[in-house]
Amino acid sequence: MAKPKIALYWAASCGGCDVAVLDTNEKILDIANIVDIVFWPIAIDFKYHHVEAMEDGSIDLCLFNGAVRNSEQEKIAKLLRAKSKVMVAFGACACFGGIPALANFTNRDEIFERAYLQAPSNANANNIFPQTLTNDNGYKLELPEFFDTVSTLAQVVDVDYFVPGCPPPVDIILKLVNLFATGQLPPVGSVIASDKSLCDECDRIKEDKKITNIYRPHEIFPDPEKCLLEQGIICCGPATRGGCGLRCIKVNMPCRGCFGPPPGIIDQGAKLVSAIASIYQGNEEDEIAMMVAEVLDPAGTFYRFGLADSMLKRKRLPQLQKEGIK
Amino acid sequence: MSFEPKIAGFLCNWCSYTGADLAGTSRKKYSPNVRVVRVMCSGRVDPTFILKAFDAGADGVLICGCHPGDCHYAEGNYKTARRISLLKKMLSQLGIEDERVRLEWVSASEGDRFASIVDDMTEKVRRLGPFSPNHGGNNG
Repeated sequence: MAKPKIALYWAASCGGCDVAVLDTNEKILDIANIVDIVFWPIAIDFKYHHVEAMEDGSIDLCLFNGAVRNSEQEKIAKLLRAKSKVMVAFGACACFGGIPALANFTNRDEIFERAYLQAPSNANANNIFPQTLTNDNGYKLELPEFFDTVSTLAQVVDVDYFVPGCPPPVDIILKLVNLFATGQLPPVGSVIASDKSLCDECDRIKEDKKITNIYRPHEIFPDPEKCLLEQGIICCGPATRGGCGLRCIKVNMPCRGCFGPPPGIIDQGAKLVSAIASIYQGNEEDEIAMMVAEVLDPAGTFYRFGLADSMLKRKRLPQLQKEGIK
Repeated sequence: MSFEPKIAGFLCNWCSYTGADLAGTSRKKYSPNVRVVRVMCSGRVDPTFILKAFDAGADGVLICGCHPGDCHYAEGNYKTARRISLLKKMLSQLGIEDERVRLEWVSASEGDRFASIVDDMTEKVRRLGPFSPNHGGNNG
């Protein structure tokens, strides 16, 4: 029997998800024994035209990491979707936009302005910006088009399974491979992780959730036994899916939300606003103003990994706002 | 034709809904732009509801609860005050104008006040124009 074919791809990502696959250590050899890896840009020298030459549906499993931020990534996402039987959004960026989706607080014009004009190390007197097509002495040079908005994989193509995490932990990767190898994949649309919230799985001592100050992680030495929220540190546990193995909590750092919202929560940021505002003690106007000031960057903190997947998806674009005011 | 804003109104059962009812029974004239949803307490208004209202086509969201100290459930309205304040800071980072979300205290006897709040908010949102959910932008 022919071995199942696997493809791995990275779009707008840091490479950490690919490294997480290698973190399976010696088990990567077992994986390589039971499957054929037919496409993996970070590790194996196959080109796009090799994938284009394959028959539709001939790849059995595609692990796609990274968000979609330019036309090349969008094209390859569609190509791999057509060629793959099972498409997996692998990692926080593919699932929810991840760190790259923080660019949804700005847009293409602002990013180009900063990167090619304002940055102090630039010498760009002629205001040259990257072009999608350049003609130079009869040679055509092409670049992918840079998008205004970073999207999740599921906003671009149909996705069968979601493996969250920044990066996905090794035990979840092995669980996915095992489910795939034994033909026991859950219903399409499932998230391969826990169905509980992080707080449900956290073993810290939880007493009374009442705080009067909010601290940033570097401002205090938190007690390693007690709930971080109760110590005034913003921890995204109440609105984040569990299954991560409490990686951050175990090193005394608050949850930053990379597993996305648990079942039943539509918008991670809105729920965290609700959670933090509920436990803060103070009913007078000045106390409320103090709380608002202490949460320095609510959108960046509560949507750190999930802005592209949130209900608002991005900051409103200035040109559309102008049209609205007309 | 001038733009008629759609405003979602979450009104607490004990004070503000009764206040709006009083505005109606005393035949107050005010803008017909608010679609009222009765909730048992303004503390029931999860920030998700507000985002959902915008997602469903609202141009503004009005939340009304009992005056401080008057909450039927002792402190639901204080929780709301904290939630809406923090939510508004987050929404401003996402480019959503302050006037689109408004929290007001309206007692059961303040029919007049309810009517003038609705009139005032309707005019302010009308000036802002329609809420555009603005997904995507220029993506190829």
